[in-house]
Amino acid sequence: MAKIIHKEALNHTTDLIEIEAQEIAKNYQPGQFVIVRANQYAERIPLTVVKTTKKTITLIVQKVGYSTKEIGHLTIGDDVLDVVGPLGNAIEIHDIKHVLAVAGGVGAAPLYPQLYAYHQKGITITLVLGAKSDSYLILEDAFKAICDHIYITTDDGSKGLKGFVTDQIKALLDENTYDHAIAIGPLVMMKHVVALNKKHQLHTDVSLNPIMIDGTGMCGNCRVTIGNETYFACIDGPDFLGDNVDFDELIARQNYYQDEEHICRLKLVNEDE
Amino acid sequence: MHNQSPSKRIHNFDEVPLGYTKDQALLEASRCLDCKNPLCVPACPVAVQIPEFIKAIKEEDMEKGYKIIYQDNVLPSICGRVCPQEKQCEGACILGKKHSPIAIGALERYVGDFGLSSQQEITITDNHQKIAIVGSGPAGLSNAYSMRKLGYNVTIYEALHDFGGVLQYGIPEFRLPKAIVKQEIDKLKTLGVHFEKNSVIGKTITIDQLFNEKDNQAIFIGSGAGLPRALNVPGENFSGVYYANEFLTRVNLMKSNDFPHHTTPIKVGNNVAVIGGGNVAMDAARTAKRLGAKNVFILYRRDMTSLPARKEEISHAEEEGIDFRLLLNPVAFKGNNYIVNQVVCETMKLGEKDASGRHRPIGTKTYQTIDIDSAIVSIGQSPNPILSRTTKQLETDQWGRIVTHDYQTSIPGVFAGGDVVSGAATVILAMGAGKDASIYMNQYIQEKRS
Ligand SMILES: Cc1cc2nc3c(=O)[nH]c(=O)nc-3n(C[C@H](O)[C@H](O)[C@H](O)COP(=O)(O)OP(=O)(O)OC[C@H]3O[C@@H](n4cnc5c(N)ncnc54)[C@H](O)[C@@H]3O)c2cc1C
Ligand code: FES
Repeated sequence: MAKIIHKEALNHTTDLIEIEAQEIAKNYQPGQFVIVRANQYAERIPLTVVKTTKKTITLIVQKVGYSTKEIGHLTIGDDVLDVVGPLGNAIEIHDIKHVLAVAGGVGAAPLYPQLYAYHQKGITITLVLGAKSDSYLILEDAFKAICDHIYITTDDGSKGLKGFVTDQIKALLDENTYDHAIAIGPLVMMKHVVALNKKHQLHTDVSLNPIMIDGTGMCGNCRVTIGNETYFACIDGPDFLGDNVDFDELIARQNYYQDEEHICRLKLVNEDE
Repeated sequence: MHNQSPSKRIHNFDEVPLGYTKDQALLEASRCLDCKNPLCVPACPVAVQIPEFIKAIKEEDMEKGYKIIYQDNVLPSICGRVCPQEKQCEGACILGKKHSPIAIGALERYVGDFGLSSQQEITITDNHQKIAIVGSGPAGLSNAYSMRKLGYNVTIYEALHDFGGVLQYGIPEFRLPKAIVKQEIDKLKTLGVHFEKNSVIGKTITIDQLFNEKDNQAIFIGSGAGLPRALNVPGENFSGVYYANEFLTRVNLMKSNDFPHHTTPIKVGNNVAVIGGGNVAMDAARTAKRLGAKNVFILYRRDMTSLPARKEEISHAEEEGIDFRLLLNPVAFKGNNYIVNQVVCETMKLGEKDASGRHRPIGTKTYQTIDIDSAIVSIGQSPNPILSRTTKQLETDQWGRIVTHDYQTSIPGVFAGGDVVSGAATVILAMGAGKDASIYMNQYIQEKRS
């Protein structure tokens, strides 16, 4: 069990929670994640560790599905039943001069520790931060402290450029060159960013978030096809070079339990009443 | 032994064989000839004194019977249920030549279940030296028992949120009730064994940290063979194609058969293809049936006599209407929008015997396509690579199995046994390895200290 010692709402759908997890914090490296089970009936879900202190880890949870909402119901002082990690591999920080980083929605959370590591190596960072609207943007101030250039896009134009991150990237790629890119966000976004960057001979790292159960390479639920090879995101990733990832297959795998998710949400509505 | 009727049991997850009553156990025990040179004992991987414990049943001294088994087998109520007896003790029983062999497994289960509810006193003198065990499967559990009995301060580290390894997440409730696994584990807790869940050794705590920061004198690795083997055919990553581990874990560990009360979902659809012929395949097929699939078929590339599963599971599966489609080898999955809807199989014929003594399946270049809603790939497991990837000095072979010599790995003080060393095998072999390793671990620690 792990106690929640701090919690704050980053926006109306996204919470930041800090939990006691000394052993995980000790061995943690940027890029790694934990698997969390809120209570004995809950699913196991993977969440990126955004920050650590000596005794705690910080997670950012977007309350989109039933299980993430259950975590959202927990408050300071509550215990999370199961937290296991740190899982997955540390990210590889490339030896480059200028990185183009792209975050979509809550993807900003897993991107943050990566950019922090780039920043510490003195690498120039250009960030495109996209969200549905102004109120969905997270970590803007934290990024400001470590990035050299920040461009914001929102689907509804409530802040920054009205449009998708790709609209902004197109404009940037016409004017500038970058040594490497990182994109983290919804699968559809990563798919389009990778495709666009490829046209400019720019390689893109992505962080994949398939459905996971154990997180130790045992179940195979988290598999992804890259080139013609199968990888397990939990033990081979979660970060991969995105150029040859089969995003369409992954999107299908991600959505496979959509109907069941709906049934769970109905349950949530009933419980809330 | 009586079983739950097939028509009833395909709608529930309750145990299928109902177990002996005392009278039935006495009657079965009375058939034992108490051979002078029993053939059953050497056929048991851990040499349980079978005629001795059966004699105790005859004398109606179940406590004594339990003690006799427990000397060699610390998980009798589990092994009585899941050992491949027909290939071991019962296969060797002299009575089997003319009649049916003594139902040793059923008797072991009877005595084991008796022992679960009784309290035996074991006196342990603490020696205040620590050892750590990686994995709470049968190998880890039996190693814990043996080391604790010698007086060690024992901690089992388990990656998952529940203990028992395959006994917990792999073998279904209808074959091995989880309450029994829990009782066996509680027994170890009573003896003073510590259990730590959510601890992935190599990640949460490294082997080095177990030695240097946690002050362990030796480590036993019983991390099993958890990594699913792939068919390596097109379409294998389509949605609806499960590896058996995922499928069984969703049900056994995450209780998705109780969805949406437990919120981990599962879906099988009406037509389910299970690929493989071992215990895992039988478990997956019978689980799919219980989840409501109308047609479940086993696709196996050899014939009926080559199926490696326990005999009892095969006959239970047949009774439950599982359709065995033999001499078929899947070569591709087809799908619509990345969701599987067909499996293409090549028809096989049997050729010469191979190294395993079974006839080698040979492709005939004729194919058939079967409509399916989901597929469960159950063709084997290899050791999980987490420990070897994070523990550089740990030597493994080309199949990822830890290399040992008298249970000692390439790292001094680190021992290993069970599926992680042998590759996917059996509960009893893993348990035996955990027990035998304890002798070498104890020797190692005592020599180091003197
Ligand atoms: C579905 C199924 C049905 C089976 N049916 C039968 C049967 O009927 N009869 C029979 O005899 N055998 C059967 N087997 C085989 C049998 O279960 C195994 O041979 C046996 O469980 C192996 O025991 P083990 O202790 O070596 O490993 P496991 O039981 O695999 O246990 C290993 C444990 O270690 C944990 N672990 C792994 N890595 C780490 C790590 N780095 N840190 C911490 N913990 C870790 C795992 O989570 C797991 O809990 C079956 C197997 C399966 C999958
Ligand atoms: S989550 Fe189970 S293998 Fe990756």
